[in-house]
Amino acid sequence: MTIVEKILANHSNKKEVKPGEIVNAKVDMVLGNDVTSPVAIKEFKKIGLSKVFDKQRVAIVPDHFTPNKDIKSAQNALFIRKFAKEMEIVNYFEIGQMGIEHCLLPEKGLTLPGEIIIGADSHTCTYGALNALGTGVGSTDMAAAMATGYLWFRVPETIKIIYNGKLNPWVSGKDLILYTIGDIGVDGALYKSIEFTGETIKDLSMDARMTMANMAIEAGGKCGLFEYDEKTEEYLKNRAVREYNPVSSDPDANYERIIEYDVSRIEPQVAFPHLPENTKSVYEAKGIKIDQVVIGSCTNGRLEDLRIAEKILKNNKVNKEVRCIIFPGTQDIYLQALKEGLIETFIEAGAAVSTPTCGPCLGGHMGILAKGEKAISTTNRNFVGRMGHPESEVYLSNPAVAAASAVTGYISHPEEVLK
Amino acid sequence: MKFKGKVFKYGDNVDTDVIIPARYLNNPEPEILAQHCMEDIDPDYVKKVKKGDIIVAGKNFGSGSSREHAPLAIKASGASCVIAESFARIFYRNAINIGLPILVSKEAVQNIKDGSEIEVDLDRGTIKDLITGEVYYSEKYPEFLQEIISSGGLIEKIKKEVIQ
Repeated sequence: MTIVEKILANHSNKKEVKPGEIVNAKVDMVLGNDVTSPVAIKEFKKIGLSKVFDKQRVAIVPDHFTPNKDIKSAQNALFIRKFAKEMEIVNYFEIGQMGIEHCLLPEKGLTLPGEIIIGADSHTCTYGALNALGTGVGSTDMAAAMATGYLWFRVPETIKIIYNGKLNPWVSGKDLILYTIGDIGVDGALYKSIEFTGETIKDLSMDARMTMANMAIEAGGKCGLFEYDEKTEEYLKNRAVREYNPVSSDPDANYERIIEYDVSRIEPQVAFPHLPENTKSVYEAKGIKIDQVVIGSCTNGRLEDLRIAEKILKNNKVNKEVRCIIFPGTQDIYLQALKEGLIETFIEAGAAVSTPTCGPCLGGHMGILAKGEKAISTTNRNFVGRMGHPESEVYLSNPAVAAASAVTGYISHPEEVLK
Repeated sequence: MKFKGKVFKYGDNVDTDVIIPARYLNNPEPEILAQHCMEDIDPDYVKKVKKGDIIVAGKNFGSGSSREHAPLAIKASGASCVIAESFARIFYRNAINIGLPILVSKEAVQNIKDGSEIEVDLDRGTIKDLITGEVYYSEKYPEFLQEIISSGGLIEKIKKEVIQ
């Protein structure tokens, strides 16, 4: 069996499961945010229960329109805050402690190898970096799981993707996943599990693995899983809140498809509007004038990302015709970035640094684009109207390309800035 | 169950950001969401859609965000169902869970034109083009999903189980 098949079998008391089968599986964590939880809570209340299945295993993170952007968002936040209190939800994170949910939960040791974590947010697949079956669902699914601790799953087929070779300068996890989506398409892994493996992956940091798992959904995937190794173990040391059981694929596991990439052929990638699959090398994007740069989000708002951006922005200035917004993923990341002097560099360079929020990524608040404007962003989606006006455009890239573009004012290879 | 209505036809990869843009997600009420349904790819949709009308689209309909606000907005806009070549995973779950009928039929999508009148028979899984007279068939739901649908959605199904 593959990793996903084993996890689903373990959670539904079966010795074996096969792709296509539908199982009712136990879930280890249930997650919601300030957009999806209000709808979930309304559905939960219809069931008529006075408590959730396990108050330790529900996490509610107000991160999308927070700090609240308007009265309606404040009402929603109040509604979920009251619910969290009433249900004695242990993992409710208020402004000041909260972060972008998919940066926060791993940091708090709440997403562990071999587990099933469902989240009413499509990027819940991020936890695949930690060998967990993290998968996005809707609000009604969240309500059902909060009530019963179980949810139905179709056992997905697995696609194995092997990355070999040495990474080129300024190429990171973001480029590997953008390249992959460009190759297989936004529905290339529809309903399927992706297993990321190979020599290159072994050397990738946990932050980079989370960036890759995060965008499995951008290929239509149910989840994007990594094997458990010393790096996973190291990351979880002093974090894991529970015992855990890592899962690995059997040598004779069945894969629907196996894809191999030689990463030495991959240059920094840029996804052109309006789909993450419209990827080209940064050389083909050079010269496109931009109005805004966004560095952060659940995709690239971790410490490693900020450190890369700092390398480029040190002793440089954000171009006068560009707005550069940087938002660390969590309070801890923010604090560490402060201690390392990264935030000072950003501010000296002329960037705006924000408290953690999903705001700019989904066109919620704090960085909305006007008609005709172009942005380059380290986020995960560049759909029509994603960051604001339907006639604005978003290009996706890694933090180095985004930071370099902030300096020059047009899409640039980092080497243009660090000569 | 049968539906009859006019076809609103769209292409591939209609994502949840265009079905209901994030700027409206600060309000979870379906009726308010419905006022902005599809507005970033088709500002006329809300003005023209009538009760019973049917959305027909290409592959990967509903890709992107997990927001259940998307199928809720479509349902509240008056559309009776969505026919597509394929659906994105989370949208598919959400539609089943909230009781928005969705049908998978490549043939229907390839042949039915924008503005055509069609009739959908959910029980039989047939899609009839009332202009050309052609009949197309949709893929059947797995038994477990049929159970959710016949219970009236996931919450109704769980309610029964919790009470038992």
